Formats: sequence, structure tokens, C-alpha cells
Amino acid sequence: MLEINFGPQHPSTHGVFRMTVQLEGEKICGLKPVFGYLHRNHEQIAENLPYAAIMTYTDRLDYVNALSNNFGYALTVEKLAGLEVPERAQYIRIIMAELARIVNHIAVIGFMLNDLGAFFTPLLYAFRERERILDLFEAVTGSRLMNNYFCFSGVKRDLTDANLAVIKKMILKFPAFLEEFEALLTKNEILCMRCQNIGILSGETATNAGITGPVLRASGVNYDIRKVDRYGIYDRFDFKIPLGQKGDVYDRFYVRVLEIRESLKILDQALTQIPQGEIINKKSLSILKMPRNFKPPVGEAYGRVESPKGELGFYVVSDGTPQPWRYHVRAPSLINLTVLEEMCLGQKIADAIIILGSIDIVLGETDR
Amino acid sequence: MTLFGWGVLKGMGVTFKNFLTSYFRKPDEGGIFTVQYPEEREGTAENYRNFPFLVYDGAPEKIRCVACGICERECPPKCIHIEMELDAAGKPARKPAVFDIDYGLCMNCGMCEEVCPFDSIFMDHAFEVAAPERQIGLVRHKKELLKSNEYFREIRPALASAIDQKRKAVEEKKKAAAQPASSQSSGGTGSL
Repeated sequence: MLEINFGPQHPSTHGVFRMTVQLEGEKICGLKPVFGYLHRNHEQIAENLPYAAIMTYTDRLDYVNALSNNFGYALTVEKLAGLEVPERAQYIRIIMAELARIVNHIAVIGFMLNDLGAFFTPLLYAFRERERILDLFEAVTGSRLMNNYFCFSGVKRDLTDANLAVIKKMILKFPAFLEEFEALLTKNEILCMRCQNIGILSGETATNAGITGPVLRASGVNYDIRKVDRYGIYDRFDFKIPLGQKGDVYDRFYVRVLEIRESLKILDQALTQIPQGEIINKKSLSILKMPRNFKPPVGEAYGRVESPKGELGFYVVSDGTPQPWRYHVRAPSLINLTVLEEMCLGQKIADAIIILGSIDIVLGETDR
Repeated sequence: MTLFGWGVLKGMGVTFKNFLTSYFRKPDEGGIFTVQYPEEREGTAENYRNFPFLVYDGAPEKIRCVACGICERECPPKCIHIEMELDAAGKPARKPAVFDIDYGLCMNCGMCEEVCPFDSIFMDHAFEVAAPERQIGLVRHKKELLKSNEYFREIRPALASAIDQKRKAVEEKKKAAAQPASSQSSGGTGSL
């Protein structure tokens, strides 16, 4: 038996993540994930900051789609303090969160194919489309990745008509790109052989381990917080939840492609329905101007959103001071990693890379 | 049953098509999307934010900042350092003597801009701020941070003009409030 260390500087681990793998020949007979290399004390920092300032740090959790993190944290504090969100802001939130989902999914399938050896061509095609969305994020929020766009009971800047026109144009063009992307690879025999029946995760194991997001849905379990909780205004949109059958790597890859199509549907509906109006509740403007004067009532709240990686939850306990008494993040990347060993046992060492890639982890969120 | 390898060939067809179209299509329709920085540059969006700078009106002495220290206190990574200037009598002059921002610490969140009640600190568009030495090069002092209102108007026209209008209105209100009071105290005709 041979024990080797994958990472923390291995390019396929998507960051500083280490797996201790026990091998028999090429077969994996044991795997231990080791994380903590990117630990930045996120929760402790947050417990020493005013509520509004924590928003800037949530961007740094899952840095591929900062807007989903913003959404989750804003929802939690609104629940805690009982704040109302204006109608237009609700729509803007959905639009931005779904755009962030598209950004995340095209990036992750690009990187996953990169891990497989489809070297950089699909990734750069995906990044070309991602760049258009990031340009929009820059124009609206001020930053490409660290958006810091949401605030309690609203958003910080309005979407102008020009921005909406850009999104509309993007939605019209996106299906063509997806078709091209699918023609490029989904029927590719090499890809199918490398992905199908690899890293199978049964629905039962996934549910027991608390797996969420596309990984769970690829195993055939119909669970999407957008449908279960219907947070924000997701109950107003008509969209489907794509499900996989086997729960192998290929299903996880394809569920994400299908989810992009559903996101496009939501975006299309949101763009036609979006009303005029204010983007932030007038009463909450003072939180932006004077963050230290915002003291939510004593109590606790748990808010969750369907981030592209799974259930992203924030647990905030207030003791009536400007800082939260306890702040906890339920990071989907970390919890989805717990079944890595089950998926990898009995597989070849080369497949461990692609199985890890298909879980879609971001170390900023895993280690916090 | 399709031929084995047909999917691979089809994929190759896509790359070949992209290779060809990259030569004659526009960037938006499948052409070359990359920009050859630094020879070519894309403009930045108005809302784009990078590092903070301080605005002055007219001359650098007329700095808007009154050294209240709100940004210093609210800055999440605590990268701002302010010291109040004292006048000859030792009283605070409502002006910063020292205003340092550590660009190495700053995380570009834009909170200083949001909390400033004096419209004095804003996020800049300049992104080429590389410096050879962390402690000296990246800690920017007041002199380097000060930029004119004209520059601000250039990079963020919509926001700058809105703020200019707001400041003008406030000033006129102040003047209007000061006028009757001064005419009264000077034993005027009492035009009330």
C-alpha cells in the first residue's frame, strides 16, 4: 500500500486543499481530505464588526459568486431585524443571483473539463461568456468579483435601462453558446468514458451526509432551496429542477449545464416582470450611513439560500449590540467534501481529480 | 448507434469553426475577445471602484475632509490612519494633518465612501498602483491621496455632478441663513 499526498499545491485541487490518498496499485483504498490551509478567521472577524461591514467579508467566502453570499447574509439579517425589501430590489436580487449562478456553473464546468485534460479550450470558451457577465457586474456593482452589492433591505445601486438591455441581449445569445459548448464536449466519447459511472454517489448517502446543491440533485434527489424555502420572490417564477439519474460525475456535469438553462428562464421572466420603484427601503438607509447605530433586537436567525454550490446558510445571534454575538456560516463546499472518500473508494487515482472537480469546491468557503 | 469517435470529431469541428470566425467576426459575435493590455485598454465603468482618494475643491489646501475619523473607524480592515491638525492655539482645525491609507491592506469594499458625511473620500479608477516596497510604496500619504474635484468629475461624472449640486444647494442655504442674521446684527432695516 502506498500513501501519497495530493496537494496542497496541486493544480487540480482548486486551491490549497490536500487529500491523503492510500493506494493499492492505482486503486484508491482510503482517502482523507485535509483542509484549513486557507483559514482566515472569517467568523471571528465578523463577530467584531458591525453588521453592515460583514457584508464586505462575505464576498470573500465563495469568491467565484460573491453575490450569492451577499444574498444569504442579507436575508439572514433581514430576518433577524424584521426588515422589508422593496419590490424592485427583490427582482434585482434575483437577477444578480441568477447571473452569479451562471458565472459559477460555466466556470466550474470549464475547470472540470480542464481537470479531465480538455486543456483550456472549453475553459476559455466558458470564460469568454463569463467575462461578459463580469463586465456587467463591474458596471453595476463596481467590482468584478468582490461585489459587496447587497445591503439590508435592498441593493446599493440600481440597474439602469442600459444594464437591463445588456442582460437581455446576453440571455438571447446564451443558448447559442450553450449549444456550442454541448456540441464541443457532451457527446465526446473520451469525456463519456472518463465521466460515466465514475464517482457514483447514491441519493441515500447524499441525503444522509447532508449534501446539497447540484451534487445532491445529480443523485436524483429533488431538493432545491429555491423551491423548498421560496426565499425572496422565487415563488413567482416558473422553472424546473434538473435531476440526474446515476449520480456519477457525468450527471453532476450535465445537471449544471441544465441549471444554466433554467437560470436563463428565471432571468427572462424577471426581466419582463421587473417593476419601477425604489431599490432600498428608506428606513434602512441609515444602516449604510451609520453602520454602528444598527442594533438588531436580541434573538437569532438562520437564513439560507441555494448558492450554486449548495445550501449556503448564515446563522447570526444578536445580543442587542452593534456586533453579532455569534456568526456562523454553513458552507456547502465543506459539507459536500465529506462524501469525497465514499465517492473515490475503488476508483483509480486519476479519477480522484475529476471527482473532486465535480463536487465544485471553493477553498475560500471551505476553510473560511 | 453512431460511429465511435464521431463526438470527438464534432467537438473538433466546433474548435475549428471558432478558429476561423475569430479572424473576421466582431468580438461580440465570436471574434477575438482578448484585449492586448497595456497597448490596448478598455475603459472602466463609472461605478468601478478601486482604492480610495480624497477630493479637494480648487486648491489642495481646500480639502473637504474634516478629519472626523468616521471612515477610519468604519473601515473593515482598518487601513486608514488620520490625525487631526491643530491650529496655533492647540485647538482642532477640522483638517487632517496626517491621512494615510495602506493600499496593501485596503480591500476595495467602498465602505469609506458610503459612510463619509462630507463627500470627501471616494473610490478611484486608477488601478496601476504597483510599488516595489510594501511598507513604503503602498502606504499612501495625504499628498498622494489628494485629487481635484475636476479629476473626480472626469472619472465619475454622474456621481460628481450630483454631489456638486448637493453641495451648492447646501452652501446657498447657508448663505441665505447667514444673510438675514448678519443684516439684523448690523442694525439693518429689519427686512423680516
